Amino acid sequence: MAHPTDQDLDLAIAGMLRFGVSLAALVVLAGGLLLLGHAWNTLPNYASFHPGGPQLRTLRGIFAGVGRLDARSIIQCGLVLLIATPVARVVFCVAGFARQRDKLYVGVSAFVLAVLIYSLTKG
Amino acid sequence: MNLLAFSGLLFGTSVLAGFLGSLTGLGGGVVLVPALALLFKVDIRYAIGASLVSVIATSSGAAVAYVRDGLSNIRVGMFLEIATTVGAVSGAYLATRVSTHWIAVVFGVVLLGSAAASFRQKQDSVPPEAKQGNRMAERLELRGVYPAPGGGEPYTAQRVPLGFAIMLGAGTLSGLLGIGSGAVKVLAMDQAMKLPFKVSTTTSNFMIGVTAAASAGIYLSRGYIDPALAMPVMLGVLGGSLLGTKVLVRAKVATLKSLFALVIVILGCEMIYNGFAGKV
Repeated sequence: MAHPTDQDLDLAIAGMLRFGVSLAALVVLAGGLLLLGHAWNTLPNYASFHPGGPQLRTLRGIFAGVGRLDARSIIQCGLVLLIATPVARVVFCVAGFARQRDKLYVGVSAFVLAVLIYSLTKG
Repeated sequence: MNLLAFSGLLFGTSVLAGFLGSLTGLGGGVVLVPALALLFKVDIRYAIGASLVSVIATSSGAAVAYVRDGLSNIRVGMFLEIATTVGAVSGAYLATRVSTHWIAVVFGVVLLGSAAASFRQKQDSVPPEAKQGNRMAERLELRGVYPAPGGGEPYTAQRVPLGFAIMLGAGTLSGLLGIGSGAVKVLAMDQAMKLPFKVSTTTSNFMIGVTAAASAGIYLSRGYIDPALAMPVMLGVLGGSLLGTKVLVRAKVATLKSLFALVIVILGCEMIYNGFAGKV
């Protein structure tokens, strides 16, 4: 299969997306159960906005928290996996278009990927 | 109310939002943000953060069902994602700068627009305009074959710059409001670019996840995504929308759709009023 069709590419991508979402949901669920297990009787306050520290806002902080088995960091890690799923889809597309030797769309999908990477790293 | 009860109520609301959103094709995010802001008194910045991640979950989760039909057009989607991702990044930056009152008002207007859009006529065929050639679309490979009963019907996108411009707007709204803005994406493809309706809806679903991911990084680094709040919302919307796609074939959607549209109109008016009153 030197030149996969669009349909083959779509199916492979859809399967990958489902895997990413399932994995993310499991990680979020695990973190959520851990959180509710020890903090179930605390009072949530979301009426006013506090951005919070870097431990839940940067990849480095989140992964460090996962290492400590911090429940909120585990949920956040699941959400990062979720955000990474469509990014992986675009990576798949760059590769798929390259195999189809479609230079125009290698460029188009690489541009979209660059915007996503900008948002995730520099945003 | 303690965290357990709060999470339980949020989960239930999110299941309902996801279920109705997928059943009616309007998406879950569009009712979720007003529900969180108005009923649960959650700051709208946390609400749009939680909504955005659930939008990514439903878009990616539903992709398998859509791809099987072979209707989505991967090149049309990828080309227009240039516009939606750039728009989403600008929208997310805008969200961190404008006041929450204005976000609420814009949200209300978008809700009213989505309610109106849900009653649009859908044709199950290739529009006559899409049978003409279009030099720009051909150069950009924006065409495909629609699987019609009597064999495949080729179509070509029209008015590419207009579609692209509307997609920039769709991306900006998505980044500003934490919604998928599927209604605007479909509008750009089927009304502006004259693509077949089903090609537009399935391609839009694919685009929603990528668009949302483009603003998610900015939301995350600004602290809009609170894990304890996003957890029940994301799991609930995902579960509800998967349930919705399962019953989609059997349910009588027309009545439900009118009811849901009515709810959206009420929420839209509430958001506009609360935004102007400075309560959200």
